[in-house]
Amino acid sequence: MIVLKDVHKSYGRQQILRGCSASVSLGEVVVVCGPSGSGKSTLIKCVNGLVPFEQGTITVDGVSVSDKTTDLPALRAKIGMVFQNFELYPHMTALENVSLAQIHVLKRSRTEANARSEALLARVGLGTKLASRPSQLSGGQQQRVSIARALAMDPKAMLFDEPTSALDPEMINEVLEVMQALAQDGMTMMVVTHEMGFAQRVADRVLFMDGGEILEDTPKAQFFKEPATERARQFLTKVLTH
Amino acid sequence: MSNFDWGIIAKSWGFLAEGMALSALLVLVATVGGLILGFGLALMRLSQNRLIAVPAAAYVTVMRTLPLVLVLFWFYFLIPLAIGRPIGSLMSALIAFVMFEAAFYCEIIRAGINNVRPGQTEAGLASGLRRFQVMRHIVMPQALRAMTPLVLNQIVIVFQDTSLVYVVALHDFLTNASIIAARDGRPTEMYTLVAVVYLIICLSSTKALDYWRKGRAA
Amino acid sequence: MNYRWNWSILLQEPYTEWLWSGLQLTVAISLASWVVALSIGVVAGVMRSLPGGALRAVAGVYIDVFRNVPPLVQLFLWYFVFPEIVPESVGLWIKRDLPYPEFVTAVVAIGLFAGSRVAEQVRAGIEQVGSHLLPAALATGLRPMQAYRLILVPLGLRAIVGPLTSEFLVTVKMSSLSLTIGILELTAQSRHVENYTFQGFEAFTVATVGYLVIGLCVTGLMRLIDDRVGGAALRKASS
Repeated sequence: MIVLKDVHKSYGRQQILRGCSASVSLGEVVVVCGPSGSGKSTLIKCVNGLVPFEQGTITVDGVSVSDKTTDLPALRAKIGMVFQNFELYPHMTALENVSLAQIHVLKRSRTEANARSEALLARVGLGTKLASRPSQLSGGQQQRVSIARALAMDPKAMLFDEPTSALDPEMINEVLEVMQALAQDGMTMMVVTHEMGFAQRVADRVLFMDGGEILEDTPKAQFFKEPATERARQFLTKVLTH
Repeated sequence: MSNFDWGIIAKSWGFLAEGMALSALLVLVATVGGLILGFGLALMRLSQNRLIAVPAAAYVTVMRTLPLVLVLFWFYFLIPLAIGRPIGSLMSALIAFVMFEAAFYCEIIRAGINNVRPGQTEAGLASGLRRFQVMRHIVMPQALRAMTPLVLNQIVIVFQDTSLVYVVALHDFLTNASIIAARDGRPTEMYTLVAVVYLIICLSSTKALDYWRKGRAA
Repeated sequence: MNYRWNWSILLQEPYTEWLWSGLQLTVAISLASWVVALSIGVVAGVMRSLPGGALRAVAGVYIDVFRNVPPLVQLFLWYFVFPEIVPESVGLWIKRDLPYPEFVTAVVAIGLFAGSRVAEQVRAGIEQVGSHLLPAALATGLRPMQAYRLILVPLGLRAIVGPLTSEFLVTVKMSSLSLTIGILELTAQSRHVENYTFQGFEAFTVATVGYLVIGLCVTGLMRLIDDRVGGAALRKASS
């Protein structure tokens, strides 16, 4: 579904990604973890072309992301993305947020789009908040709206860039539950996160990144029982004991 | 102060009002024209294409560095030459003002657009929207909200700037007052009146803006 | 467009002399006005940033009045009205015995106008820096006036070195207004040359280049000062 091959990315003289290769199969849930600055966010933003990269290839559903002839907006319409800072449009209600891309990209009628948006918002537990503006919603609620917004495009895969890092502790669970339900419904997901509990419960595979490289790419159970690299071992002990 | 003739103000009321009407016209045209041209300049400056962005940036920088008086002289000289025949004072002044204020409105608009969080653009693009759709539905509504107070503030500044048409003898409020001052030998009354009128209009506008701004922030 | 180019007139006397003296006058007025503007503006800005009291109110009146009357009108008030409303002996002295009356009037008028703008920048700088540092300073036991004198004002001033650049450039632009009271500064001289030679393009280009060069020098110098004084870091830390 998503295939990364030898991806390199520099920002000026700094190398952010050094030859990353990985793949996510249909229906798989892959968690990307690692210390800050390891390049995880950059990697995931390369997948839908938000961040350009110099070397290597990324293909999503057979379409190459870096090919100049690719219609990027059309490709992005097939992948949903959820951001760390939610990035809901502050001048629109929750319903309008979820309907915007449906109307202007998928060319659905306003009534059809709004009906779908209502159903999606109910699905993430916000059926009563259709007319609320982002400023009237808590962080956890905003993030759930943003998940609904991504789902509204009927995506083939979903990318999550540290979806709970900006949330107060008591709101993290409501978001993780929604994500878990999505995974159980068979959604292909690539999730950058620090939430190791979520990884243990929901992930199929774990990618561990450090210094721009993917150091580990192992099935979940094996990663948590016995990671292959020393660096991953250090990371796990620090993360799991606090 | 006993030999000052304040009655002269009542006598010249009509002439002064005509001048004020011209000042108002200048502000209106300079603002509407300046905003339109300024928006175009802002988009040019934001373009990824250097052939478009650099000339726009150069134009804005030059217009913001030169005195308005010199800009007025430039257009007075250039426009008749460019179109091959003489043109009225008013037209030259209007064009000069639009070209001048456009640079300032450009910067206000550009700042408004740049202050919208980049994540908003990313979120829009990530859902498959094209760049101009992101601009239209996501960035511009937020930018407009942010820049409105600055635009209104600039209008007050433009109003003050229009007094400079004195140097090309266009009959605005200040020029008409100076004509009466010279003709009747009453500079004190006239210039004091001009100052008071400008002060009342500008100060009340500024205070009203501040009040409105505080109301929105609450 | 049928225009006869003749750039060589720029090298002919007396035109060269006119333009050069115009440039000198522009620089002189700008610098003198800036000194006035800084002196009054910093004082007024500090007064305006005080938590309350008569000083703050007085500064407020100064800023409100001088920012809301067009600078050209202010110039006329100083030139035409001021000598008439002061006691007769003072008025006579101004009109007869004051050396370089137009120059002094222009400097006073432009200086006070620019001063009100400087005051606003100073106030904003102190408030911006102070909102973070004042609580910290008070927490260490400093009294409000001490915190003000030792921390807020020095740092506030350093934070605005950059923004003050644009205020100086405004002052340079304002110097051109003095042509209305007969001072032959750069813009006036370029028009003078145009009137005599009909070579408007050449004449106005010289004036344009003159102002651009002044602008570049000022921006460059201020950037140097801002760097040495650490203004950018201060502004970033207080945002």
